[in-house]
Amino acid sequence: MEALTPKLVGARVKRLEDRRLLTGQGSYVDDFRPPGLLHAAFLRSPHAHARIVRLDPAAARALPGVAAVATGAEIARLTRPVRALSKMKEYRVTSFPPLALGKVRFAGEAVAAVVAASRYVAEDGLDRILVDYEPLPAVSHMEAAMGAGAALLHEETGSNLLLAREFATGDVDSAIAGAAVVVRERFRFRRHTAVCLENRGCLAEYHEGTGLLTLRSATQCPGLVRDILADLLDLPEHRIRVIAADVGGGFGAKSSLYPEEITVAALALWLRRPVKWISDRREDLLATSQAWDEIVEAELALGADGTIVGLRAEVTADVGAYSIYPWTAAIEPVQTISFLPGPYRVPHYRAHARGVTTCKAPMGPYRGVGRPVAAFVMEGLMDRAARLLGLDPTELRLRNFIRPEDFPYKSPSGIVWDRAGFTETMLRARETLGYEAARAEQAQARAEGRWIGVGFASYVELTGIGSAIPVSPGMPVATGTEAATVRVDPSGTVTAIFGIASHGQGLETSLAQVVAEEMGLPLEHVRVVHGDTALSPYGTGTYASRSAVLAGGAGILAGRAVREKAFTIAAHLLEADPADLVVNGGRVAVRGTPDRGVTFREIANAAYSGARRLPRGMEPGLEATRFYDPYFGTASSATHAAIVEVDRETYEVTIRRYVVVEDCGRIINPLIVEGQVHGGVVQGAGAALLEEVVYDGAGQLLTGTLMDYLVPAATLVPTMEVHHVETPSPTALGGFRGMGEGGTIGAPAAIANAVADALSPLGIEVSELPITPERLFRAMPDSGGADRGSRA
Amino acid sequence: MAGPRTIHLTVNGAPREGWVEPRKLLVDFIREDLGLTGTHVGCEHGICGACTVLVNGEAARSCLMLAVQAAGAEVLTVEGLARDGTLHPLQEAFWEHHGLQCGFCTPGMLLTACDFLKDNPSPTEAEIREALSAVLCRCTGYQGIIKAVQAAAPKLRDAR
Repeated sequence: MEALTPKLVGARVKRLEDRRLLTGQGSYVDDFRPPGLLHAAFLRSPHAHARIVRLDPAAARALPGVAAVATGAEIARLTRPVRALSKMKEYRVTSFPPLALGKVRFAGEAVAAVVAASRYVAEDGLDRILVDYEPLPAVSHMEAAMGAGAALLHEETGSNLLLAREFATGDVDSAIAGAAVVVRERFRFRRHTAVCLENRGCLAEYHEGTGLLTLRSATQCPGLVRDILADLLDLPEHRIRVIAADVGGGFGAKSSLYPEEITVAALALWLRRPVKWISDRREDLLATSQAWDEIVEAELALGADGTIVGLRAEVTADVGAYSIYPWTAAIEPVQTISFLPGPYRVPHYRAHARGVTTCKAPMGPYRGVGRPVAAFVMEGLMDRAARLLGLDPTELRLRNFIRPEDFPYKSPSGIVWDRAGFTETMLRARETLGYEAARAEQAQARAEGRWIGVGFASYVELTGIGSAIPVSPGMPVATGTEAATVRVDPSGTVTAIFGIASHGQGLETSLAQVVAEEMGLPLEHVRVVHGDTALSPYGTGTYASRSAVLAGGAGILAGRAVREKAFTIAAHLLEADPADLVVNGGRVAVRGTPDRGVTFREIANAAYSGARRLPRGMEPGLEATRFYDPYFGTASSATHAAIVEVDRETYEVTIRRYVVVEDCGRIINPLIVEGQVHGGVVQGAGAALLEEVVYDGAGQLLTGTLMDYLVPAATLVPTMEVHHVETPSPTALGGFRGMGEGGTIGAPAAIANAVADALSPLGIEVSELPITPERLFRAMPDSGGADRGSRA
Repeated sequence: MAGPRTIHLTVNGAPREGWVEPRKLLVDFIREDLGLTGTHVGCEHGICGACTVLVNGEAARSCLMLAVQAAGAEVLTVEGLARDGTLHPLQEAFWEHHGLQCGFCTPGMLLTACDFLKDNPSPTEAEIREALSAVLCRCTGYQGIIKAVQAAAPKLRDAR
């Protein structure tokens, strides 16, 4: 049996979700307003670190229109505090209360909630809550936080060091001591945040008659949120429904459980009224998870021919005030040392990571997680080594890539890389760029006194992670499986239901393509449902570039099971051998005799008619649920190339060209893949050139508006040139590899290397991101920048 | 605080009436009182542009206007772009060229482009990038959006 329908997997199909989004008919959380709705607003701490001496909500409660004011103590009676657990040996568990209990640990932490007839009145109520704080010393700098005499954030741990982890292979000290060349650097990747265009938000409703709590949330992970809410609120899981309908971007920042989700759910249970909270942008910049804030001291040792012999690194991460659920404070620093060796053969490796708590919004996953920093460091070291050895930077990479004969390759941090096109992406990137011509133009520009640079970055990441390892190191929550239910209704149309959620990735389209192709149906016969724990089989959500691989694989398995049953029924109805049947456009017919066939509608009709029309002993019905576990996961890789120019007067960096050659395995929809790359690259370019969360020494956020935290506008990056090397994954069903994050992994490194290349005649290296004009000015030999210093 | 007052305005061609507190933002009035939830709130300080609507034919940030300021005005929101189920050429082009992912900035992006192409029917790519830098998109890297506006421009010119 086979499908004759034109190939859907690989087709540039227009997205099925777009019409509603283009016409203003989407259903984001804030679009729902059930009868009796109350609006919540959160009082947030103005202090970075303070004891709450007194909290008096009386005046707020007296305000007309205010239904309730909840304090930390009241919410603590309704819920348990969140404790993100880890099996890591050197990890100290801490509590994250939904509303502050006794003290606050960052400016912006939620202290109380007002629930009122409108958001306007709820905010009026916030102004009437009296709080006496006793300020404590702020812990604002990660290195100082580990020193003697630093104030302790979490008394229960006895230290501000929340975690440490080491990976070691071989004898790196001897390798470095005996190496021909060693390059070292202290790299600084500043703090970032995702800035989803839709702020976070949630709406909880409790139905007394059924005892059902429904939480609509702008989350990537309805399944994870449902599981933990059941635990925190002490409700049976089947009484909680979490729905993530249309979600306005996530990028990892909406994959964690947030205090507001717990509080709003508890308030709905308490008040027996629907309660909604929608974050404003100020709250988003204050209290949504932040990312990537790390200091990396690293050394790369090479032989005289450029062969890597060893890599050693110490990573220190500012994990903020709390360990975020479920990923824990370990996710960023431990991912950084997991992926630092990149796509290269590194025989000797030792890297140590530490996570330090400070008075800042918690660190959480953000597009790339650890890998943007890892690529910035490793690729920066590779370019430094190339300069020292007098080798071309692309040639140095080609000499060190893991080669086809090395796969499967176990990296020194323990990750297994399946066959992937590292060398191919570099060769294609060089060719697309016109590398020699680009160098010639650069030489010409330099002769004219212009600062033009060419930069490359190659990386590999692990996507579609199965049950072999947790998505976040040491995390006990299982993230290795997803499921699909494929259901044919009596009319022959198909509903495919997934536990993942889509928040811009176009999964309604990609997964429909996968299922329709597997079943031999036209695309419009398949409707994808996702993001609703009451409708879907068990799943956790969309994060870590997993949904194309895990949900795609589950969709293939479930679609295949239904197709096989449909063929058996068709063979029975046609009195033919199932092996002789072919399916084309939703019609199953005997090969070579197209007139002898039945439609899916007829097959489904028979399936639901029962034994009278079915083969003897066959169970009625036409649907299947299948789970998929890719076990190890699969490698995704790319090479990025950038040409930049640095303005000699303003030190502004202009990106002249940007090339990506990526290998995400078998492509489901090139339109969507390219859109993901474009968006990822521009986020990475923002990280490289613009974006930085800044706190002052007192722990006050200085970037609390979008005038201060600068995200890229349409003018930052020119038209990107994106090419594909399709090496089907040998380990994942369908051959798919995840690709939602890669753009953001490669871009900071490629742009940093291009800027360093532009400035190499001046002897300036780029060791800190973002590369602002101010930082470049201070780095100039004649600027006196060394004396003026900069924030550490 | 001043009490609520009545306002009259035209929204997507239809006369509408509101009873609003003077402090109520135009975007909250559009979303909550008129039930037109296609207009989105992204920052409430005039930077992101997600809430952009046309007020008397000109792009305006509805998070920086009070509803009472729109009294007597003609307002066009994303719900008013398609006519009788036929998408506006910009909507068609955004669909064709993958000019949206999460869809949250899309209404503001469409109305900003709509206003821009009225003033500049034959723009260069650089001019489109400059004009659309009024609206932030975090998903697309703008590439599909730029292509979409380039593709829609001649269709809108021809339709005039």
